[in-house]
Amino acid sequence: MSSTATTIQPGEGAPGTVHVHHDHHELNFVQKYVFSVDHKVIGIQFMLVGLVMFVVGGLLAMAIRWQLAWPGTEMPVLGQLLYPETGKAISPEFYTSLFTMHGTVMIFFVIIPLLTGAFGNYLIPLMIGAPDMAFPKLNMLGFWFMIPGLILACMSFTAEGGAASSGWTAYPPLSTLAQSNPGSRGGQTFWLMGLTFSGVSSMMGAVNYVTTIAKMRAPGMTLMRMPLTIWALLIAAILQLFALPVLTAASFMQLSDRVLHTGFFTPTNLVINQVNSEAAGAAAGGQPLLWQHLFWFYSHPAVYIMVLPAMGLASDIIAVHARKPIFGYKPMVYSMSAIAGLGFIVWGHHMFASGMNPAMGMTFMVATIMIALPSAVKVFNWLGTLWGARIQLTTPMLNAVGFVSMFIIGGLSGIWMAATPVDIYIHDTYIVVAHFHYVVFGGSVFAIFAGIYHWFPKMFGRLMNETLGKIHFVGTFVFTNCVFYMMHQLGLAGLMRRTADPYAYEVFHHLKPLNQFISISAFCLFAWQIFFVVNFFHSMFWGKRVGRNPWRATTLEWTAPSPPGHGNFDYQIEVKRGPYEYASAEVDEDFHMQAERVDG
Amino acid sequence: MLTRLFTALLLLAVPVLGVYTFVTAADHGWWMQPEVSTFGQDVDFLFYLILGMVTFFFVLTEMLLFWFVWRYSKKDSSKAVYTHGSHKLEMLWTAVPAGLLVLIAFFQMSTWAEMRFKGSFPEGEPFAHVWASQFDWRFQYPGADGEFGTMDDLESPYEFVVPVNQPVKFVLHSRDVIHSFSVPAFRLKQDAMPGLAIPVWFQAEEIGEYDLVCMELCGWGHYKMAGKVRVVSEEDYRAYMAGLQSEFMNTGMEG
Ligand SMILES: [Cu+2]
Ligand SMILES: [Cu+2]
Repeated sequence: MSSTATTIQPGEGAPGTVHVHHDHHELNFVQKYVFSVDHKVIGIQFMLVGLVMFVVGGLLAMAIRWQLAWPGTEMPVLGQLLYPETGKAISPEFYTSLFTMHGTVMIFFVIIPLLTGAFGNYLIPLMIGAPDMAFPKLNMLGFWFMIPGLILACMSFTAEGGAASSGWTAYPPLSTLAQSNPGSRGGQTFWLMGLTFSGVSSMMGAVNYVTTIAKMRAPGMTLMRMPLTIWALLIAAILQLFALPVLTAASFMQLSDRVLHTGFFTPTNLVINQVNSEAAGAAAGGQPLLWQHLFWFYSHPAVYIMVLPAMGLASDIIAVHARKPIFGYKPMVYSMSAIAGLGFIVWGHHMFASGMNPAMGMTFMVATIMIALPSAVKVFNWLGTLWGARIQLTTPMLNAVGFVSMFIIGGLSGIWMAATPVDIYIHDTYIVVAHFHYVVFGGSVFAIFAGIYHWFPKMFGRLMNETLGKIHFVGTFVFTNCVFYMMHQLGLAGLMRRTADPYAYEVFHHLKPLNQFISISAFCLFAWQIFFVVNFFHSMFWGKRVGRNPWRATTLEWTAPSPPGHGNFDYQIEVKRGPYEYASAEVDEDFHMQAERVDG
Repeated sequence: MLTRLFTALLLLAVPVLGVYTFVTAADHGWWMQPEVSTFGQDVDFLFYLILGMVTFFFVLTEMLLFWFVWRYSKKDSSKAVYTHGSHKLEMLWTAVPAGLLVLIAFFQMSTWAEMRFKGSFPEGEPFAHVWASQFDWRFQYPGADGEFGTMDDLESPYEFVVPVNQPVKFVLHSRDVIHSFSVPAFRLKQDAMPGLAIPVWFQAEEIGEYDLVCMELCGWGHYKMAGKVRVVSEEDYRAYMAGLQSEFMNTGMEG
């Protein structure tokens, strides 16, 4: 498995893109920072947009938490902002829009753009020793396709009837019949269009990542010398390439059910508010189960699109700051591949209660249980890496360790959900909410923070402030656990998700104090992010300047200047060894750079 | 030094407080509702079995994480252990979890089959047809002639009355969007799919009133789509049906 015979030399650009990177005439501001084709600028653009949307998604979450702790009461500050017409309290209609849009924004416009968009773009060429992406213009187009996506998704709020409100899962007929749901009058159409744009944007990125990794590795960069971040991003990109066309097709089908009155998902003879849906002009003859299959065929792999890159980032950061080689590099690669492969045959675990054939449920159950195995192998290998290490407790390392700690919880609670009979009790309860937030917030978000702290000096040539970083980590870790761990308890008591007023049932009255505790913790969690925001912008301009390799790391990006110029590397390099040569006896220092200068 | 202490304490707090929360949860009512159906015991047994395994690995991995971070973040000018892994350990920590997972997978199949497979459904005509719609439940009984779809069918809203210690089979429908028929105390949950008629069964083992909860988002009123399942003795069941019957005769309407 030696490297493809690439003839591209660092700094020269791929064939056909030579002009883009080789022109020495000055680029104006717009070419340089707005419509840039440089993968580094595009990566940072994705990062900034993702972080801004993180605030939006976070505010939606705060409103949700307000409602669950103090339902129907006036919400301070946010209430005026979100819901000015009917006073400051949240109506049940608006509440359904809130959680729908919270999920949508966080998944499609925060986590995926941050992990694959920001880190994928920024790190892939730098870590494999390429001057840029294989298709820089497509790359730029990918970013500019996401912008209309998020504008359309936000416009959903302005639609008649309010924003989309059939959940991020958008199950028909709730999502297709305007009479059944206020958010399905106009909001759902915006939602579907926004999703399609974001999907196409991701596909453009994925094509680019796979091609770049396949064709543009520096001399000597064999597949088995690639850092785990690159493996993770490659596997995630392949997942996107297989799964996204299905989601895109499904959204078009739903859009056409809504707009052209086709009947893919809407069954015959529905009665809504005493009116027959066909008499009211809706389509007929479809089945919602079809949507569920198509949707989850994408959306289960999407979970891995959101967590694999996080695993990659965490692995690299742990190796650097533990000053020790990754334990079991090959098992790490194999387990990520296994997660991706199995990830395509487990989607039915979201449908155990849906009326799908129970024999199929059993098959999906076995596949789902087995997918826990590669995740377990990864956890043990991270622990193996930490054993006998010389750990530097820097901010990136703290966040990476936090990632491992919380990924363990998210992974283990998944086993209950995989077990079909137990899932029947916990399906659609708060246990599920706890589970996926441990994976996506405790997992992905902590890896994103770790990644930003770690690669910030490469991006901006300045370190982020360590003291602020540590304060940020401690509070975020504590409050995250306060919020999401206690949701297991709500779920065990049987509390269902997506309910605008949990106390409509007497059995749930005693959960109110717990819900208030969770909400207060959530507000603190949100407010605590101010430490990150201040640190981020302050360090961008006034942080401590650093050289090429502040963390004394081995991988290729640390060979380039901080920040790297056009074409990334200012001299010719050749990769001589694997990515994790820490503590090797071959050199005096405790790290041995992957690449060496070859042009003399 | 302060960072090291803080980090170690935080990492230690995760397994300690995590286990503590689960152990004391029942005192606050943060635990599973009591089960009263035949497959409830099997479901709960599986839950506790998995809880046992999960707790073992949770405590093991979180404690190792805490210990390694504490132990190996000591100031030390020597280099770390130079190793790229161990084939033996990889085999061990692949094979052991794999064995346990396969075990869980096979262990639960019989419970799942009992809950859902055709073969385990009680024989004979269903007790009722259950209709979900935004945002209420309706229960349709066959009436005097014992057949559905005839003029004498009985219908009642909100409350589903069933006899104790008898297998109850019913057919679940939705008139509009997807709902979910869920009785936590029975460990029972089945989505009501528009366009499908889905057979469901359970056998309640204790007389009493249990919450029927809609568990699938079905619109703005989802939160209040409540119902009750009332489990009664054989005699009370017959009396209730007779009552419905005479109500039907008197008013001459079919609900
Ligand atoms: Cu899934
Ligand atoms: Cu409902």
